[in-house]
Amino acid sequence: MASVWQATAALAAGFATTFKHLFRKPITESYPEFKRPLPARSRARIVLTRDPDGAERCVACYLCSAVCPVSCISMQSAEKDDGRRYATWFRINFARCIYCGLCEEACPTSAIQLTPDFENCRRDILTLVYEKEDLLVDSCGKDTEYNFYKYAGITTPLGGKGAHEKEAPPVDVKTNMP
Amino acid sequence: MTTWIAGIIVLMIKLVVVLGVLLLLAAYLVWVERKFLARLQIRYGPNRAGKFGLLQPIADAVKLIAKEDTVPAGADRVIFLLAPAVVAGTALLMFGVVPFGGDLTLWGRKIPLVISDLNVGLLFVFALSSLGVYGVALGGWASNSKFSLLGGIRGAAQMISYELALGLSLVPVVMHARSLSLVDIVNAQAGYPFILLQPFSFAIFFIAAMAESKRIPFDLPEAENELGAGYHMEYSGMRFGLFFLGEYVHMQVLGALVAVFFLGGWRGPLLPPWIWLLVKIIIVSLIMIWIRGTLPRLRYDQLMTIGWKILIPAALLNIMITGALILM
Repeated sequence: MASVWQATAALAAGFATTFKHLFRKPITESYPEFKRPLPARSRARIVLTRDPDGAERCVACYLCSAVCPVSCISMQSAEKDDGRRYATWFRINFARCIYCGLCEEACPTSAIQLTPDFENCRRDILTLVYEKEDLLVDSCGKDTEYNFYKYAGITTPLGGKGAHEKEAPPVDVKTNMP
Repeated sequence: MTTWIAGIIVLMIKLVVVLGVLLLLAAYLVWVERKFLARLQIRYGPNRAGKFGLLQPIADAVKLIAKEDTVPAGADRVIFLLAPAVVAGTALLMFGVVPFGGDLTLWGRKIPLVISDLNVGLLFVFALSSLGVYGVALGGWASNSKFSLLGGIRGAAQMISYELALGLSLVPVVMHARSLSLVDIVNAQAGYPFILLQPFSFAIFFIAAMAESKRIPFDLPEAENELGAGYHMEYSGMRFGLFFLGEYVHMQVLGALVAVFFLGGWRGPLLPPWIWLLVKIIIVSLIMIWIRGTLPRLRYDQLMTIGWKILIPAALLNIMITGALILM
């Protein structure tokens, strides 16, 4: 008998709960009217950023292309006269991209970055293929300080041998001779 | 001859009106269910198609009609194609004996506001409710899919089990009304509705009716998380739509039957009779949606326990007590 009473009380409590919810304001965020501000690190449309001096960060190392699980990134590398590497063309097929963020993790120069802009639907699937000029932005993105050529041991106008940051001058091996 | 033709015309008009109201109400019952259930779960529900999503049923209907009608390979074609019609048809036919008003007098002729005043109306309702099992069982079997088959078998077992309780729960009502005709049962409630006389009977009927209509605490035949969609899993387009329609017409019929057997049918003060019936149907439907929003699905053994070990003995006991009280 006690269990019957218990069951009835439990049922009544359940019905009371749902009835009370009837008069609560819905917690739904109506999407196109209200756009929730997304966290800066949420992953959506991919951009190619520039270094603080305004030059392209991408050195066309192919690491993002290699790590991409759906192979949606392709490019062609080349070298400028001053020694900097760059991509002659750089293409991301957003129709394939799964926004996993592995390219951003792989990038040694903080060039490729994911942004929170997710509203990326198109009627024509070919318009989802982004070329380098569509991907390049005029900002540093999330990494505001890093400039690869100030650290890399490559001779460019930003620094010769031993002139980079955190780099010791080159050792003259002949001074070590006995 | 003229009386005969006039009778046919009146019957046709009644059929068109009832069918139209039933189908329109079924479409908007879907809207009401989605809206009301959403509010129970602190959501908005459909609110894009038209004001308050009021055009949603029309959009759904257009979508269902425009969709491809697929028949799975290996399906028993004829039965597969017929099964949805059985479900929708039996649900619609059940409304044929539900009175939606008293007698109407037009040009000196008495027109009863019921499509057919069968003297065994209650048996007719039960017969159709039993036939509805065929739609579920055959639809599940003919799909040639294990999930559909499991859903169909569960549906058949559940509906047969609860049919007994459903029938037995109404025996006391028949004892009070001294008739199997739904018109007479409503007339017998002129003074007070039978829910006051027979609250237990009402509870048993309501639970059994929910199980018959395969709604949420008893929706094992279509348990989404186990069977995909159960017996109508392989259906698409308007054939799925017919199952869907049948379900919601069934919900209305149950509302109407609860109203007829326990809430005094179309009787009520002030408002016209058909509005009272409509209001009662909607209230019963809302309560069914509320139950859906509150209770989880029963386990299979719990379902059978409630049916065979609780509802049927309780209904039998209720019949005996009612009989003893009437004899005294």
